[in-house]
Formats: sequence, C-alpha cells, structure tokens
Amino acid sequence: MQPQHWIRFVAKPLLFVAALIPLALLAERVLHDNLGANPIETINRYTGDWTLRFLLLTLAITPLRKLTGWHVVIRLRRMLGLFAFFYASLHFLSWIWLDQYFDLNAILQDVAKRPFITLGFTCFVLLVPLAVTSTNAMVRRLGGRRWQLLHRLVYFIATGGVIHFLWLVKSDITQPLIYGLLLAALLGFRLWDSRRQQIPALPQTH
Amino acid sequence: MLIKKPEDIRPSEITPRQVYQDRRRFLREMGVATIAGAGLLPVVADAGQKLPGARKSAYRVDDKLTDYKYVTTYNNFYEFGTDKSDPAKHSQNFRSVPWTVAVDGEVKRPARYQIEDLLQKHPIEERVYRLRCVEAWSMVIPWVGFPLADLIKRVEPTSRAKYVEFTTLHDPAQMPGQRPGLLGAGLDWPYIEGLRLDEAMHPLTLLAVGLYGEVLPNQNGAPIRLVVPWKYGFKSIKSIVRIRLVEKQPVSTWMKSSPREYGFYSNVNPAVDHPRWSQAAERRIGEDSLFSPKRKTLPFNGYADQVASLYAGMDLKKFF
Repeated sequence: MQPQHWIRFVAKPLLFVAALIPLALLAERVLHDNLGANPIETINRYTGDWTLRFLLLTLAITPLRKLTGWHVVIRLRRMLGLFAFFYASLHFLSWIWLDQYFDLNAILQDVAKRPFITLGFTCFVLLVPLAVTSTNAMVRRLGGRRWQLLHRLVYFIATGGVIHFLWLVKSDITQPLIYGLLLAALLGFRLWDSRRQQIPALPQTH
Repeated sequence: MLIKKPEDIRPSEITPRQVYQDRRRFLREMGVATIAGAGLLPVVADAGQKLPGARKSAYRVDDKLTDYKYVTTYNNFYEFGTDKSDPAKHSQNFRSVPWTVAVDGEVKRPARYQIEDLLQKHPIEERVYRLRCVEAWSMVIPWVGFPLADLIKRVEPTSRAKYVEFTTLHDPAQMPGQRPGLLGAGLDWPYIEGLRLDEAMHPLTLLAVGLYGEVLPNQNGAPIRLVVPWKYGFKSIKSIVRIRLVEKQPVSTWMKSSPREYGFYSNVNPAVDHPRWSQAAERRIGEDSLFSPKRKTLPFNGYADQVASLYAGMDLKKFF
C-alpha cells in the first residue's frame, strides 16, 4: 500500500477510533454511576486532562516528523488538533453546565476574577479560530504563510493550558509540572531546530 | 493454713454474656492497647471495630448522611498523598495503637494520655455534623467523640493560655506524603493547626475517635482528630499527637504555605471567596445528581446561631 493510502484508510480511521476511547471510557463510567464521590469534578478534570494530552500529541507531530523523517505523520496532525478542541469543548461544557449550571452571572464573575479561569477561557476561545480554519479550503483561502502564523497560536494555547492547570492545584504541582516539562521539550525542539536551520554554512575560504 | 475457698461467683456471672463471648474483641476495644504499647501484644485497632457506649447527642443536623464509602474514600490527608483516594490506599498499615497525646504548654497539669485513658475519662457521644471542605464540597458525618473543652479543663490552662496549637504525627516511614522529595504536597511537616481558646472551648468543638459508630479509619485521622464544624475541613486536624496551650496565635501549615489564601480563622463564609474560587456554593458529596445546581453555602456552615457571637465586631473579610 502506498503511504498516502495507508494514512487515509488505516492510520486515520484507527486514530479516529482511538481518540474516542477516552470519551467512551468516561461514558461507561457515567452509565455505571462509577464517577466517584465527586462526579462533576471527575468529569471536569478528565476532560481537561485529555485536552492537554491531545494538545501535546498535536505538538509532537512536527518533532516526530523531523526526527524520523517520516513525513506522512503530518497528515494526522489536523485530526489530533481537532480532538484537542473536541475535549476542550467537553471540558468547557462540563464547566458551564455541570459545574456552573448555566449561571451566567457566576460564570462571568469567575472569568473576570479568577486568573486560572480567565486563562483557561482565553485558551478555549483562541482554539476556536484554529478549529474553524483547519479545513483545506481555509488553508487555501488564508494562504499557507498566514495560516501557519495563525496556527502558531497553539504554542500560546498549550502553554496557557498547562498554567491553567498549575494555577488550579492547591499545593501538589507534580501533574502540571509533568505536562509542563513535556511541553517545554516539544517547544524547545522547535527552537533548537529553527536555530540549527538558521546557521549558515561556513564559507569555504581558501 | 491456707484453705482455698471455692469461688462462689463465677466470672460468667459478673461479665455480661455478650462480652465474655466476644472476649478477644472486648480486650482490643477496652484498652489492652496499653499492654500492646509495652510490646507484649501486637494489637492493631481495626477500622470497622464498633465503638461501644456512644450515646446519641442532640448535636445533629437533619441532612442525609453521606455514604460511609465516600466518607472513607474521598479524603484530604496529604500525609498519605495528595489524591483524594491516596489516604484510603496508603494508610492501611498505619499504626494508630499505641498512641499518646501530649497536652501541655500554658497549663497547670501537663499530661500525656493514652487514647484508652481519654476514653475512660470522657464519655463518648455521637454527633452528626456538616463538614465543608475549602474546595467547595461538603459531607454530613456521624462522628463519635467528646468535647475538646473537657480535655482542656482537665489540664487547667493558665491565664496566659490564649490559643491552642495542634500537631499531627510526623512519621515519614508510615506517612509517605511526609517523605522529602522534589514533589509532593509541598507543605511543611508536621501539620499544625490552631484555634483561639474560646473556639477550642466551644461545645461544638469535638475530639473524634470514631465515625459511623466505629473506630476512626486511618484515612480519616485515626486514632484521634479534631472536628470544628463551622470551619473549613483543613482546620479539623487529624492523627493528633500534641495539643499545646499557647499565648500567641499559632501559624498553621496552610497559613505558612499560602498566607494569601488561608487565614487563621478559616470560618466557612460564603461571602469571602478563596482567591482562586468562589465559596458561595458547594457540592454535597454523594447527594447531588450530575445535573443539579450546587447548594448555597451557609455562613459558619449553618452553625451561625451557635458560634457567630465568638466573632462579634470582627471584620471577617480581614480575619478570614
């Protein structure tokens, strides 16, 4: 099978199903009333965790491609990014619905007053244009350069997402720190990679 | 000449039948722990062991009790880990027997008590209290214990005693959360809490040794913990080894960790938010469905009638 076909007919469908497994597991826990003592907190944390994981997976594609030379993986990136948006939407929905029960006043107050919510909310809002412009048609309309510039927002969003988590925890920062280190590695790779490409070859002086 | 008289009363006639038939359990419950302390018997107080003799107290709220399973599996007890499920998992081999509590400081009669001494001296009672965590969730728990005031009176505080400082056991070998490491709870050990003397002497302030009629499970602060129902849960310090009467206001562990977020008083107050989240409402564990709104948090967790007068004239936004 050609790599393009392999991606289209095997890898993508497999990834699509795999990316829905976390949701299926959550649904199973909801149906069996197995969400623990604080179900709403469980759902909220769970969807938040998977948002961060998908953001990191999305950001792992470029390093993976460059390090392995396996260029076809780039074709999985959009789906991963959209799943990050999907879980972020569930996370957002669980907050405004289950946690706040659509109490608009309380929601607006929280967005204004609580830095971790302000940041989380901002990151979610910023994900929307990225999701909307993820189609091939939109890439063409924007033009590759502008599209790429816009989508670099994901660096800010992922960083914001990790800080959002860090600001939420009471005193044990282990988990946000792990996400932070992974993110630092993924962003650090890009920095290292762009530096490496900028260094001009030494002129031959003889 | 020594003539052995036949015993005219058989032991079975003195000891209630139920007790002599259940001798082993009776021994464990009634204070053989003292012997165990001397290393003679490997006795462990099992959670799930009944605590006999607790009378029902009038201190009870009408709210539905939180399921035993949630009370004992959803815990904040960072000495055993920071995840809510960690304390139940990591405290199973915790040795709460033998146990001594030192009561000293500004008192005329400092003392060290075995739990058994305390239980002998203080009649225990069951009280149903609300517990409001600073994380905006709440439970309703039937505690078994006795008023802290009774113990404090026993040691006769001096006129210099203005506050009470409590200390949790510091034993990293048994409490994995206390082991040094890069990460973890990020708190200073041992855990310290404090009350003003009048708060400590308030009839609602309880020293609990059990819940649901049974010996306190390790994850809930065995063998003895504080319960101050009108304050956020973290004030109700667990596994207490020392109670010290002091002149100056103690610095609690959470105040030290984040003074902006945790004050000395930490009274439940819907009008004063935690800097990072609202305290106006709460989620009742095991009660509310996924799709029900939160319930309103009450000033002093619903105990305002009994305790608001302690803070008359104080700015509770300043003294949070």
